[in-house]
Amino acid sequence: MNEITRELLKAVSDYHDGYADAYNIREDGCCVGRKSTENIKIDTKEDNPGLVIHIKPGTKGERVSIPACVTHGNVDDIVYNDFYVGEGADVLIIAGCGVHVETGEPARHNGIHRFFLEKGSHVVYQEKHVGRGRGLGIKSIDPVTEIYLGENSCLEMDSLQLGGVDRTLRKTSAVAEKGAKLIIRERILTDGDQQAKTEFDVEMNGEGSSVNLISRSVARGNSYQQYRSRIVGNAPCAGHSECDAIIADNGRVDAAPELTANDGDAALIHEAAIGKIAGEQIVKLRTLGLSEEEAEAKIVAGFLK
Amino acid sequence: MLELKKVTWSAPEGTAVLRGIDLTIPDNKLVVITGPNGGGKTTLAKLIAGLEKPESGSILLDGQDITGLDITERAKLGVSYAFQQPVRFKGLTVSDLLELAAGRKLSEQAACGYLFKVGLCAKDYINREVNATLSGGEIKRIELATVLARHTRLSIFDEPEAGIDLWSFNNLIDVFKELQRSLNGSMIIISHQERILSIADEIVVISEGKITADGAADEVMPQLLGGDMSCEKCPKIEIQYYGGDN
Repeated sequence: MNEITRELLKAVSDYHDGYADAYNIREDGCCVGRKSTENIKIDTKEDNPGLVIHIKPGTKGERVSIPACVTHGNVDDIVYNDFYVGEGADVLIIAGCGVHVETGEPARHNGIHRFFLEKGSHVVYQEKHVGRGRGLGIKSIDPVTEIYLGENSCLEMDSLQLGGVDRTLRKTSAVAEKGAKLIIRERILTDGDQQAKTEFDVEMNGEGSSVNLISRSVARGNSYQQYRSRIVGNAPCAGHSECDAIIADNGRVDAAPELTANDGDAALIHEAAIGKIAGEQIVKLRTLGLSEEEAEAKIVAGFLK
Repeated sequence: MLELKKVTWSAPEGTAVLRGIDLTIPDNKLVVITGPNGGGKTTLAKLIAGLEKPESGSILLDGQDITGLDITERAKLGVSYAFQQPVRFKGLTVSDLLELAAGRKLSEQAACGYLFKVGLCAKDYINREVNATLSGGEIKRIELATVLARHTRLSIFDEPEAGIDLWSFNNLIDVFKELQRSLNGSMIIISHQERILSIADEIVVISEGKITADGAADEVMPQLLGGDMSCEKCPKIEIQYYGGDN
């Protein structure tokens, strides 16, 4: 494992000179470290590059980290990771990704993650993306997340990308069975000429299923962000999506939510707001003694927290 | 001591809102500014806090001319301002806001103390976002807590009773009484509320952009409540602001 990877791991995951629980570290398309535990088994995928991770039923309070790093230009890494979460398990999955470029050549990581949650299981899935390095090569991270939520299971996805990534296309889809619950919190900051596109597609097929999708973004400089969400209620269910964006400088945001109710008892709500930081927010913080710049920084930091 | 000398201010379209305000707010006194709606009370508060700049005249805090100072500079000199309509923030929590107000990291106990003083159960609120899910009364009390956390030498509360239910109002009066006891500077409350007027040391009446009365509360209050014409059996009448339009 090289030094750049070590630094990226600290930025995108819970790395402290190693991992306490199960892990797999991917560096420039190769595995540079792996550990399975009694309850969490990590195997190499046979049909494609990537991993198959089995979490035993009833596993509680354990975590698995599967960070991926691209440490130089001219790399186009694609990985397929499948998670099978056993009945009643309750775990934390951390899947950070860092891309570092010092040259003019592009670098890309494309992580395709599939989650299969069995009855009553609960997963907190954290995904943090960063781009680093002085090179002009385009840094891209294009994650695909597919989630299958079994009866009464719950997945909480916490996704964070706070700068440095030039291009990102994030596709997240989910199918929820009876009583299943999906919570997604996404935060994206773009600056310069960066572009971020995010697409959500959630189908609620089971009675009592729910989704709460919260996306917050800040577009600065000449950056551009696109948000698409499609929430479909095919059963008595509850869906809520919220897309808030702060634009600054010449930043642009394009948001298009879509709600489809195919059942009379599907309750679907969408809220969206795009605009500059409200002047009154800056004034309020200035009355507490902050300068205008400090106030803006606090508002943005809080918004993306 | 805060002094305003011949302060004038006009709305952007040209209407004169404040027409020459001369006012002295002494230290260690609770001064309530009252008067009819549209009379210029909130404008006056904004001029003191630096949210607006006077057209003419000057504002002095402890003898220092602060007329040219901006909001941040005045805040750093010890001016605190509780908004009539508090601002909401997506993402910032009650605890974040209290720490920004205090200018330092607060222990959970200290943060909870401020919330308790404004009648909020701390554990329900400390980690809540200061967003649209808070009711008008809740956010108003959080706004008051930010001013308490600052504990500066001049605090201005713009209609603190607005949006607060009757049950919480008693609490609010207690908060101001407590502040009054521990005053280490000046406190201004803008209010129409008789019970807030009743705890004032001094009352200033602003109507049509001018000060129409200014003095000890026990002198000004009877005039506002109808003066000698009323007895204990008279029905309560609305506060009368002489010189005003209602």
